[in-house]
Amino acid sequence: MANGSGRPLSPHLQVYKLPRTAILSITHRITGVGLAVGTLLLTWWLVAAATSPAAFERAQHFIGSFFGLLLMFGWSLALYYHLCNGVRHLVWDAGKSFELSEAERGNQIVVIAAAVLTVLTWIIGLIAW
Amino acid sequence: MVEFNLPANSKVGVGKTINAANGAKRAKTFKIYRWSPDDGQNPRVDTYVVDLDKFGPMILDAIIYIKNNIDSTLTFRRSCREGICGSCAMNIDGTNTLACLKAIEDVKGDVKIYPLPHMPVVKDLVPDLKHIYAQLASIKPWLQSQSPAPSRERLQSPEDRAKLDGLYECILCFCCSTSCPSYWWNGDRYLGPSILLQAYRWIVDSRDEMTGERLDNLEDPFRLYRCHTIMNCTKACPKGLNPAKAIAEIKKLMVVRR
Repeated sequence: MANGSGRPLSPHLQVYKLPRTAILSITHRITGVGLAVGTLLLTWWLVAAATSPAAFERAQHFIGSFFGLLLMFGWSLALYYHLCNGVRHLVWDAGKSFELSEAERGNQIVVIAAAVLTVLTWIIGLIAW
Repeated sequence: MVEFNLPANSKVGVGKTINAANGAKRAKTFKIYRWSPDDGQNPRVDTYVVDLDKFGPMILDAIIYIKNNIDSTLTFRRSCREGICGSCAMNIDGTNTLACLKAIEDVKGDVKIYPLPHMPVVKDLVPDLKHIYAQLASIKPWLQSQSPAPSRERLQSPEDRAKLDGLYECILCFCCSTSCPSYWWNGDRYLGPSILLQAYRWIVDSRDEMTGERLDNLEDPFRLYRCHTIMNCTKACPKGLNPAKAIAEIKKLMVVRR
């Protein structure tokens, strides 16, 4: 907080032990930013498809490479996490699930659901590939 | 503004160490944030090793012992020593709570004590609460009515009275507001969990007749809507109240009245 008094600011992030709900909250924001960046990859792929067969081939090749797949894995995990936690925010907006025990269970549901959906997507995707 | 690092004048250094636990069967180390306005130096953390058999079981007992017997310059607020005045709110072992309600044995390892986070420090563990008190005043935390005063008390049904449970118990210790990252970054304009819980306490009171005006005052991207349901507030509250839920109820009322 701004103060022109010459008083020091007491430590905050440096000393606070963030509860799990706070960790999941900041992860929601980070995955949101990650998704926005990841959309650039999707845009490039679509633009390449509209440009020429050679450009599309290059995009396909990059996305199919190990590094490309790694990016896609991160993007899908971020997508599912952001989606699951977004649904949780809808529950909160309805005024429900605010007890600490409910919040703790919500943490577990969101993390497990995001992991399961990601793995499932990749199993289906790799079989179909 | 989001500012992850502390300003240059707020960086915390290492202070002195005093071992006052000679021959102690149960020694415990307290690391306490110190800052004096008088010597022009940066804050530091002083270390006190004390004998747990010399005083009571709570953190407040320990810091009163240190002040009385080891270092009389140690400065902190305290009064009731039973969790009803809210004076001894501080950051203990990484979480905001009341020193009088926190048992020493619940802290594993060294006990680290800091003032309430992201606040201007007056001295040692005493934060400047001027701004947050002004925010409290801004929500007019008293009963407002337009109808003429009745000749006796304003009556309330048991059901309406029950709506105040979980709200009226707030002691304004500000453990919740100073645990909230949104309040850290936007505390100049965001009211924070404690003030919003107070606001809801009057919004939901059946005897108050200014509900609409109270909601108007909160209808603002910063005053209310900087709450992102991080839930540090509810986790920190030493009285077991739920500011996060109170804020959600205000947000619901905003939608309902559209």
